[in-house]
Amino acid sequence: MRLFLHELRTEQVLFWRNREAAFFTFFLPVIFFLVFGSIYGDDTIAGVHGASFLEAGMIGYGVASTAFAGLAITMVIRRESGVLKRIRATPLPPWTYVAAVLVSTFVTFLVEAVLLIALGRALFSVGLPTRPLSLLLALVLGAAAFAAMGLGLTSAVRSAEGSSAVVNFVYLPMAIISGTFFSPAKYPGFLRAIADVLPLTYFTKLTRDVMVRHHHIWSETGSIAVVALWGVIGLVAAIRGFRWQPREG
Amino acid sequence: MEILEGYRPRDGGTVEVLGADPQHGSSAWRERIGVMLQSSSLYPSLTVRESLRVFAGYYANPRDADEVVELVQLTEKRDARVRTLSGGQKRRLDLGLALVGDPEVIFLDEPTTGFDPSARRTAWDTVRNLRALGKTILLTTHYLDEAEQLADRVAVLRDGVIVREGSPSDLTGGDVETEIRYRRAGEEVVERTTDPTRRLHELTAEALARGEELDQLEVRRPTLEDVYLELTAE
Repeated sequence: MRLFLHELRTEQVLFWRNREAAFFTFFLPVIFFLVFGSIYGDDTIAGVHGASFLEAGMIGYGVASTAFAGLAITMVIRRESGVLKRIRATPLPPWTYVAAVLVSTFVTFLVEAVLLIALGRALFSVGLPTRPLSLLLALVLGAAAFAAMGLGLTSAVRSAEGSSAVVNFVYLPMAIISGTFFSPAKYPGFLRAIADVLPLTYFTKLTRDVMVRHHHIWSETGSIAVVALWGVIGLVAAIRGFRWQPREG
Repeated sequence: MEILEGYRPRDGGTVEVLGADPQHGSSAWRERIGVMLQSSSLYPSLTVRESLRVFAGYYANPRDADEVVELVQLTEKRDARVRTLSGGQKRRLDLGLALVGDPEVIFLDEPTTGFDPSARRTAWDTVRNLRALGKTILLTTHYLDEAEQLADRVAVLRDGVIVREGSPSDLTGGDVETEIRYRRAGEEVVERTTDPTRRLHELTAEALARGEELDQLEVRRPTLEDVYLELTAE
C-alpha cells in the first residue's frame, strides 16, 4: 500500500509537470466546452439543452483523451525510453505499478469531469447531476474500458515519435464520429454506421442518459454492455501485447 | 548481463545471483540489486533530487537522496530538471538511481560511454568508493583501460563465450613480451622482449657509450587492450 501511494503520487506529479500532455489530455476538452458552449450552448440539440448535451459529450471526449490517448502515449514513451524496463528492476511489483498508473489516470479524469460540471453550472446554467452515484459508476466503467484499450493500443505503436501520431489518428476521428461534439443523428449513413460500433458512442450516450435525461445507470444495460465489451477486447490486447521494453533490433 | 538482471530468459545452464534465479527474482531479491541500463532512462520533468526520491521510495531501506547526489557528484545540479542536464550528468544520475536502493550487487552496463576524460575519472572514483563499501559490481565496458583501472576480475567475452578470465595483472602478466620503442637516426625501432631489464640496460649502455640519446624512449608492458585485441583476433 505504501508503494502504491508512493507511485500514485509520483504519477500525479509526472502528469501535471508534463505541460504538453496535461494540455492535450486535460485542458483541451475544457477549452472545447467553453468554445462550443459559447457557440451553441443555448441551442437545442437532440431535444435537449445544448450546453447540457455538450457537457456530457465533453466528459466522453475527456475519457478518450485522458484514459485512452494520454495513457497510451505516456506508456509508449516510457517503454521506448527504457523507464518501464528500469522500473522492472526495482522492488516495485509490476501490478502495483500498473494499478497506480490506472488510478492516477482515473483521478485526473475525475478532476476533469468535476471541472466540466462546475464550469457548466457557473457559465451555461447546466444543472448539477441528479444521479451522482450512477454518474460515478459510469465514469469508472468508462475510464477502465478506455484505459484497457489505451494499454492494448501501445503494442501497435513501435516508436515514441510515432505514438502521438498513431494515437491521435485513432482517437480524434473517434471523438468526432461518436458525437461528443454534435448529435450523430444528422450524420450521413456511413458515418452513423461507423459510430454504431465505436465504444465512445455508447459511453457518450451513457453519460448523456445519466446526466441530461436523469436515467438510472442500470436502465442502460445496452450501453454498459458495449463499453464493457470494448474494454474486454482492450484488456485482452493489453495482456497479449503489452511490453516492458522496446522491441529489439 | 540482461539474463543476470532478470530481463531475459537463459538458453540453458544455471544462473544464480545472490542465491536466486534472476528469471524468478522476487521483490526481496530486487531490493538487493541495482541496475544501470545502457541507455539513460529518466523522467525529464523531474529534478535530480526528485528522481532519486522517486526511486528511493521503491526500496525498503534506501540511501538518503542527498547522500547519493553527492556520491555521483551532482550537488550543484540537484534541483535542476533532468531535461536540462548534459549527457554525462544524465548518466551520473542513472548511476545514482542504481545506487539509491543501497544494493549489494550493482550492474553497470557501459556506464561511461560518451563521457569526457574528466567525467570518466569522476565515475571511476565513484565505482572505487562503492567497491570500498564492499559492494559487488559487475561492469561491462568497451574501454579496456577502464577495466584495467577498476576491475578485480576481468572476463573477455567473444561471441557470448568467456575466452579469458582473471585479474588484470594475470591477463597482462606472465610470459608476455614487453615492448621497447625508441628512435634511432630518425627511424622508429620497436623491440619485443621477455627480458626487458637486461635489454634496456644493454640499449642504454650502448647509447651512453656512443654519447647518444635514445630519442623518445618508451617501455611499455602490454595493456589489457593488447591482450583483448589478440584474443578477439584469433
